[in-house]
Amino acid sequence: MQPSLFPPAVPQTFTVSKLTFHIRKLLEENEVLQDVWVQGEISNLSRPASGHVYFTLKDANASLKCVMWKTSAARLNLSLRDGLEVEVHGKIGVYEPQGQYQLYADQIRPVGEGALYQEFIRLKAMLEAEGLFDPERKRHIPELPHRIGIVTSATGAALRDMLNTLRRRLPIVEVILAPSPVQGTEAPPALVKAIDTLDRRQLDVIILARGGGSIEDLWAFNDERVVRAVADALTPIICGVGHETDFTLCDFAADLRAPTPTAAAELATQITILDLRAELQTYHTRLASSTLSLIAEQKAALSSITSQLRYLSPARLIQSERQRLDELSRRGFMSVAYRVNLQKKFLEGAQKRLEALSPLAVLARGYAVVTRKTDGGVVSRVAQASEEMRVRVSDGEFEVRK
Amino acid sequence: MPKSSAKKTEKKVEDLSYEEALAELEQIVSALENEQSQLEEAIKLFERGQALAARCGVLLEAAELKVKQVVGEDAEAIDFDEESE
Repeated sequence: MQPSLFPPAVPQTFTVSKLTFHIRKLLEENEVLQDVWVQGEISNLSRPASGHVYFTLKDANASLKCVMWKTSAARLNLSLRDGLEVEVHGKIGVYEPQGQYQLYADQIRPVGEGALYQEFIRLKAMLEAEGLFDPERKRHIPELPHRIGIVTSATGAALRDMLNTLRRRLPIVEVILAPSPVQGTEAPPALVKAIDTLDRRQLDVIILARGGGSIEDLWAFNDERVVRAVADALTPIICGVGHETDFTLCDFAADLRAPTPTAAAELATQITILDLRAELQTYHTRLASSTLSLIAEQKAALSSITSQLRYLSPARLIQSERQRLDELSRRGFMSVAYRVNLQKKFLEGAQKRLEALSPLAVLARGYAVVTRKTDGGVVSRVAQASEEMRVRVSDGEFEVRK
Repeated sequence: MPKSSAKKTEKKVEDLSYEEALAELEQIVSALENEQSQLEEAIKLFERGQALAARCGVLLEAAELKVKQVVGEDAEAIDFDEESE
């Protein structure tokens, strides 16, 4: 019997696309696969110009293709290489054109870091509950320190950068260094001792610093002993550990967190030599101007007294009297002269009136005086007239008969 | 410039630290601004003030960062030699 050309009936015949899509949906709807950490060894690492990162995670029995897009890859502070054992976080998807499932990665960390991070979370919760990170515990950082303590490694860029910063900003400050290892198992007890030593020296502020590194490198600053030493210290502590994005428990316990050691040195010196120079200049100015105005005041007082003195002097009194005398005599003279003048005028007026009334003036106007020849009596009425009379005119007389 | 003073309690300006000199300078300026001083006294204060301000200036400009390091069990402080590290 010939085998049937057609297989037994199946519910549906998929296209390749449909089947692939079906698989993709299955995987993408699985919650576990959409938020997964996978541990394995990197191989076939490829970093093309696009910025995306392609690699395979493998172990003894299986391998998993991975891709990390450019933006996530840019945030990586771990350098990738083939053979590196890592933990990768991401979601499973399917690249349909190649029928390939793969891990779309968003984080990569070294193996073991996961465990460290768990410990970090645990300790943070515990110490926070004890109140070690409370804002009320934070001490005020002095604006102008005289003595600054530093706990850090004696070698390394962190110390050098901090000293340069302090030298630039406040060269009059005194620095006391308590060197200490800043990683490894010997670090925590050494750090505690260094902090304690400086805390006893009546410093204005202590800087706890370390350059950047991985969570393992910075682990000493998450050690419970060190965190407690920072919280218990009497001196204000500025913590500048790692890079801007690194947070250790010492950062939370410190009175002030700085993003880097250099920033810690800056925060420790809020008032700088520039401010001090400006302040000194102000004093110079106030010194000069206050003294000058005092002198001016004294001058003015002196001048005023001198004026008063001059005003009250005998010489002035005499001069004053003289002037008064002149004034009076001038006025006196004036009144006599005035009266004389007045009389004169009166006289002149009377004279004129007199002249107007004089007989001579009357004669000049054409009037005549007639007198009797016999007795010389004035004839002012017809009855008084005689046979022979004399007539007097302005310039002479003559006889007339009635 | 050394300024010896009539007052027994006044230190020589050159012996004062920055903080001491600045504090006295502040006092003098305050006195000159607020109190009625006799002229002669005011001039004396002015001169001392100038000397103090000059001292502060010298200390500021000449300052070199002093770095000490604690060593040993009794935590003595010795000068820290940056070059050797």
